[in-house]
Amino acid sequence: MSNEVSLKSVMAEGLWHQNTGLVILLGLCPLLAVTSTVINGLGLGLATMATLMASNLSVSLIRGLLRPEIRIPAFVLIIASVVTAIELLMKAWAYDLFQVLGIFIPLIVTNCAIIGRAEVFASRHRPLAALVDGFATGAGFCLTLVLLGALREISGRGTLLADASLLFGEAGQNVTLTLVPDHPGFLLAILPPGAFIGLGLLIAARNWYVHRRSQKNEAPAREPVPAS
Amino acid sequence: MSAENPSIWRSAALLGLVAVLGTALLAVVHTMTRDRITAQERRVVLEQLHQVLPDSAYDNALHEDVLRITDEAFFQTQEPVTVYRARLGTEPVAVIMQVVAPDGYNGDIKLLVGVYADGSISGVRVVSHRETPGLGDPIEHQRSDWILDFNGRSLGNPEPAGWAVRRDGGVFDQFTGATITPRAVVEAVERALRYFEARHEYLFSYPEPEQT
Repeated sequence: MSNEVSLKSVMAEGLWHQNTGLVILLGLCPLLAVTSTVINGLGLGLATMATLMASNLSVSLIRGLLRPEIRIPAFVLIIASVVTAIELLMKAWAYDLFQVLGIFIPLIVTNCAIIGRAEVFASRHRPLAALVDGFATGAGFCLTLVLLGALREISGRGTLLADASLLFGEAGQNVTLTLVPDHPGFLLAILPPGAFIGLGLLIAARNWYVHRRSQKNEAPAREPVPAS
Repeated sequence: MSAENPSIWRSAALLGLVAVLGTALLAVVHTMTRDRITAQERRVVLEQLHQVLPDSAYDNALHEDVLRITDEAFFQTQEPVTVYRARLGTEPVAVIMQVVAPDGYNGDIKLLVGVYADGSISGVRVVSHRETPGLGDPIEHQRSDWILDFNGRSLGNPEPAGWAVRRDGGVFDQFTGATITPRAVVEAVERALRYFEARHEYLFSYPEPEQT
């Protein structure tokens, strides 16, 4: 049952070939909602990554016991427990960030990417591979959130890493970079439409890069072109 | 029935086991974090209160000397309004009211309004709002000093006609592109002052709650 996979290819799949935010396009609601700044995106990205790693590991550990008919309810129980635990930990140690992200932390439960990885990967692979898959998928999602957050924060406010103290406490007081002094504020980038446009640009950029590379290499690309 | 299909019992037991393990995990995490979360919540409340009333002005446990008042005619909300009472020894010093401006551009704006016993404002801060970023959010102290204009004002300063934004003939600035937001805040602060004027005897004489 435990067909071996190389951890390197697991990493590549999660970060690039099957990137949740840019290729699979799962979990878009929180992705679009919280990415008005880099720090908000990073906060939700890290929470999602932790959830993926913990749920993947738990599912993989009990995969020998699971029966098909109770598979889904068991996944849901595991994911909900993990997310609630993370919510409590965040409230205790990053209360201010929790207040900014608010409802989107408990809503990680409903991120289809997490139950998707449990079903497709973790329930079929050994714990280490499942853990790495959780890390890679989470890191891919987190990276997308940070990129989109950076795009919107720079164009919308002219800063980078504003409110870093929410995530890093005292140490984050002075890391905010003001890239465009006296930025007049570009409302479109901060409001929800800016999230859609920004994500569209990121996906387009990724597709353009993949397309160009596959044309350069004579060999047919292994890259599946995402449905548009 | 169990003889017919033993696997269904096994499945149920397994699912039960997962539920028990999940609950156990949460019980442990909850016990670990409970005190810290309570402390964090209290810290945030005290930080907000500190912004509208300096710590040196009072010596009682402000966040425990609390009234909850429901008065829709005054506050225009059915939610109870929280009133924190500050005392120095036995002397009443000030109250801090958490009022709502229900007529913001994008729903409720929650405010803390601190009022000294003589009826003048010790400070106003916005606790939460959903106004348009970049247009309505100068009401936040982090974004502009607009909210400081309330400091020291009272019902006689300015005169009643002046309790409005400039566009409506009052003394308070509006923002470029946003009049509704500051108008809602000014009206909510004025309502809080009127309530204080009408009821301040009652607000202070009401006994201090026994519980801590």
